[in-house]
Amino acid sequence: MTDTATTDTEGTVVIWITEGTWRASVDAALALAPPGAPLTLLHVAPAELPEAAHGAYLGLFGRGRPERDPGPRVAELAGVSAGELLDAAAGRLGRPCRRIARRGVPEREVVTVAADAALLIVARDGDRSRLGPKSLGKAARFVVDHAPCPVLVVWPGTAPAVGTIPPPPPHGHHPPDSPDPHDT
Amino acid sequence: MVLGWAVWRPRGWPEAVAAVPAAALVIATGAISAHDAGEQARRLGPVIGFLAAVLVLAQLCDDEGLFRACGAWLARTAAGRPRRLLALVFVVASVTTAVLSLDATVVLLTPVVFATAARLEVRARPHLYACTHLSNSASLLLPVSNLTNLLAFAASGLAFGRFAGLMALPWLAVIGTEYVVFRRFFAADLDAAGAPLADDRAESAPELPVFALAVVAVTLAGFVITSAAGVNPAWAALAGAAVLGARALSRRRTSVTALARAADPPFLLFVLSLGIVVQAVTGNGLGDALRPLVPAGTSLPALLGTAALAAALANVINNLPAVLVLLPLAAPAGAGAILAVLLGVNIGPNLTYTGSLATLLWRRVLRQHGSSPSLWEFTRLGLLTVPAGLVIAVLCLWAALHALGG
Repeated sequence: MTDTATTDTEGTVVIWITEGTWRASVDAALALAPPGAPLTLLHVAPAELPEAAHGAYLGLFGRGRPERDPGPRVAELAGVSAGELLDAAAGRLGRPCRRIARRGVPEREVVTVAADAALLIVARDGDRSRLGPKSLGKAARFVVDHAPCPVLVVWPGTAPAVGTIPPPPPHGHHPPDSPDPHDT
Repeated sequence: MVLGWAVWRPRGWPEAVAAVPAAALVIATGAISAHDAGEQARRLGPVIGFLAAVLVLAQLCDDEGLFRACGAWLARTAAGRPRRLLALVFVVASVTTAVLSLDATVVLLTPVVFATAARLEVRARPHLYACTHLSNSASLLLPVSNLTNLLAFAASGLAFGRFAGLMALPWLAVIGTEYVVFRRFFAADLDAAGAPLADDRAESAPELPVFALAVVAVTLAGFVITSAAGVNPAWAALAGAAVLGARALSRRRTSVTALARAADPPFLLFVLSLGIVVQAVTGNGLGDALRPLVPAGTSLPALLGTAALAAALANVINNLPAVLVLLPLAAPAGAGAILAVLLGVNIGPNLTYTGSLATLLWRRVLRQHGSSPSLWEFTRLGLLTVPAGLVIAVLCLWAALHALGG
């Protein structure tokens, strides 16, 4: 059963299921979730995609035939795909779990659903070729920054070696956003 | 009023419901003489026939399984690698738009690309946005790629092959610009590798519809040959649609009703009526108001100015009315200026996800849709690709005009 209504995940381990990286999140839950903790699989389909397809159809000025609008078709395909992904994740998990499929802005939905979770498991979604910036993409960065619950961030696949961390910046240089060390 | 109705579409009624009476009204009130309206209708008639044939041809290709086969080929060849899939989607969407028109990319290809990304467990965002962007920016190459092109083609007096020759370089350059921006803009999505197809899925791949592809190829050659011989290439489109249609009918894959629906008569009527209304409006003040803004000649600054004006107008009133308004104003400067108008009206709509600021704002005013905040991402993507694409395309057009002679 896919639960689309309730969001009560208090005390559960929420596993964020995303295309391409979900296996790492499920494996991390199997290895690291507290024994006996209830598990929730969460997938969020980006609402912007059906809307973008619909917008492209609106851009075709004068073709007002709703049955040809690709927006609803993309929304339907997204729903089917989310269900299949959650099924595959539940299969890999091999333990009883709850499934939640939502539609919206993924990072915001994840933070909302997992607000009271005991643990939220997130796979990195950025550059995976080396350690360091930006191994977190926009969505994962938002979740890590905003989630009020404990967050476990895992590498999809094998993590790069420590030697891939970029060298420190030259003496005296500091990133524009960081406080100037000489000010303190 | 016609534009407002076309955006609003109360009760889902076709746009023609407002456009046809509006055209009758401008004739009845004398805003345009019956003779001029008749002239405009005679000019637009072959364009509309051409458009209908291309719409039917694209639908028949879909009925033959072309896009299904395309999805399977994309899935097999991309092998779960998002960057390779993006490159393939760029090729397929650009060629589909160029040959079967932007309608085919938006309506028929976009859902297939989304489904392919989902099958490969690849994030669909870059690939879906590639379809929506390329349906506009990759519609520069051939007269059949976009209704705006068909209108400009008729006004330019260029032969089919020459039109394609002049637009080939701008077309490639714009697609290249989009590709470079997409690779960077969607880097995080493209880093999340998908999964290659499982064997059982790969085996059920649909066959490539060789007959349909061959008909499309022959039709394309027909466009060039008929046009060079001084015959309207719409006849080649009609022949291609007739051959595929007859075969599909004999195999009971389609019906006469389905073919008529694919030709979209209300849309054709809308285009005809819009053409008459726009001519009436331009003849009664709008043309004089805009004329000083249209740069004269085909120097590089003039072409840049023309394309920028066209892009701006496309965003204000949508690209179909924009091209109808600007063509008579640009035509005296020659084919180069007309093609610069096309660069503006075809690339410009990518600034917003609804193809024009007007549509976006109207929809907000009418509260038909709360637009999702991440759609501002789309606008950001538009700001990165549209101005750069426009400038590069105009430079390429200018170079092509010099190399091939304007």
